[in-house]
Amino acid sequence: MADKTPLFDAHVAAGGKMVDFAGWMMPVNYGSQIEEHTAVRSDAGVFDVSHMTIVDVDGPDAEAFLRKVIANDVSGLVAYQALYGTAWNAHGGILDDLIVYRLPKGYRCVVNASTREKMLDWFDAQAMTNMRIEHKPQIMLAVQGPEAINKLVAATDLPALSIKPFCAASHGDWLIGRTGYTGEDGVEVMLPVDQGLALWDALLEAGVKPAGLGARDTLRLEAGLNLYGQDMDETTSPLVSNIGWTVAWEPADRAFIGRYALQGELGAPTHKLTGIILEDKGVLRHDQPVETDTGAGVVTSGTYSPTLQRSIGLVRVPADASAECFVDIRGTLKKARLVKPPFVRKGKILVN
Amino acid sequence: MSDIPAELKYAATHEWARLEEDGTVTVGISDHAQSALGDVVYIEAPEVGLTISAQEEAGVVESVKAASDIYAPIGGTVCAVNEALTDAPEIVNQDPYGDGWFFKLTPTDAVDLDDLLDAEAYAEVCDTED
Repeated sequence: MADKTPLFDAHVAAGGKMVDFAGWMMPVNYGSQIEEHTAVRSDAGVFDVSHMTIVDVDGPDAEAFLRKVIANDVSGLVAYQALYGTAWNAHGGILDDLIVYRLPKGYRCVVNASTREKMLDWFDAQAMTNMRIEHKPQIMLAVQGPEAINKLVAATDLPALSIKPFCAASHGDWLIGRTGYTGEDGVEVMLPVDQGLALWDALLEAGVKPAGLGARDTLRLEAGLNLYGQDMDETTSPLVSNIGWTVAWEPADRAFIGRYALQGELGAPTHKLTGIILEDKGVLRHDQPVETDTGAGVVTSGTYSPTLQRSIGLVRVPADASAECFVDIRGTLKKARLVKPPFVRKGKILVN
Repeated sequence: MSDIPAELKYAATHEWARLEEDGTVTVGISDHAQSALGDVVYIEAPEVGLTISAQEEAGVVESVKAASDIYAPIGGTVCAVNEALTDAPEIVNQDPYGDGWFFKLTPTDAVDLDDLLDAEAYAEVCDTED
């Protein structure tokens, strides 16, 4: 039996079509995925992301622990600053991607829903002496879009928010991060379970459109953001996943897990993860084979882009592949072109 | 509750079929199917002149969410495809039993329509999937 977030009934009441995602019954859409997508690009939408895993880490060893398990370096963070990074296995394969918020006391990590057990076990296994790891069920709502912050403030008794991008603020029991997974402005609000429904209702009342996992996927793909388990996994490293920038190789003596396995690859990764636009008609999907001038590749994520009104995707191809390529869609080779993601940011199309 | 017109015949794979006065059979996907798929963004129609048998793959409908095969409800030769869907696939969502039709067949034997589900039996198929 799949888990339900505390907002399950609210999703059903809003017309949500519920599907099993990573063991959670979540809304895939509330009618039209494209309308939800467009609302986030042009106005404001809200996603229930309470299925994601919130892990608080504190104590004297917390920083050393996170500097060991995460390939990005938390040591420079000031209070309420956020950091995106990945945790690796000993071979440099990606166990998960996560966001770490530096709090006045300790850290908060948000890891994926699909990796919950694995990451909680991994953190426990790597834990150091003087620290505490606490997994806290909370409601997490991603309010995203150019009008998201205005509408959140209008819907609540929050003061005007002046949080810098990739930073957070706390208001009472709430932690509000100016983060997201859509390529638009917006925030992610973490709050106690018993307050979640009231905020959900207030947001809908204020005209924020409920948006499902379907729109979340097309928005993140247009924004060129990876999905764990699809665009990267334990067999791929950040170097071939377009997130090499999230690896802090300096200082050279920080012995984070996986570092020594991957250090040698640094100079010349064999593959790259990049964007693709389908020139012919059709829709790109996960796992379709790609043919480039320098060898074979694969579509890691593909969809129809509501903003570009054509099919886009992410592909893993040989590092030296040139732009013109073909994708095998059900046995027919279709013309496609590699482009540098993101495709869309802040409502604007960034590719030709 | 999805719309299941009583005058049509249905396949368990969610296609509908309608015998026209000229003896051809028009094929589309049901309201239940378009709703389950979500926003339709691309149709791969069969080629006119193609002869197919019942339950054989006759094309693909792609929504934002996923690709789904379309099967021929009965055997026959494709005599027309709905060109309007090439540029406006969303018609399938808006009018699945009307302007959103997929293709027309000249049936090998129109009697085969009797093997398909009536509206009541098809409603049961939909119920078991919900």
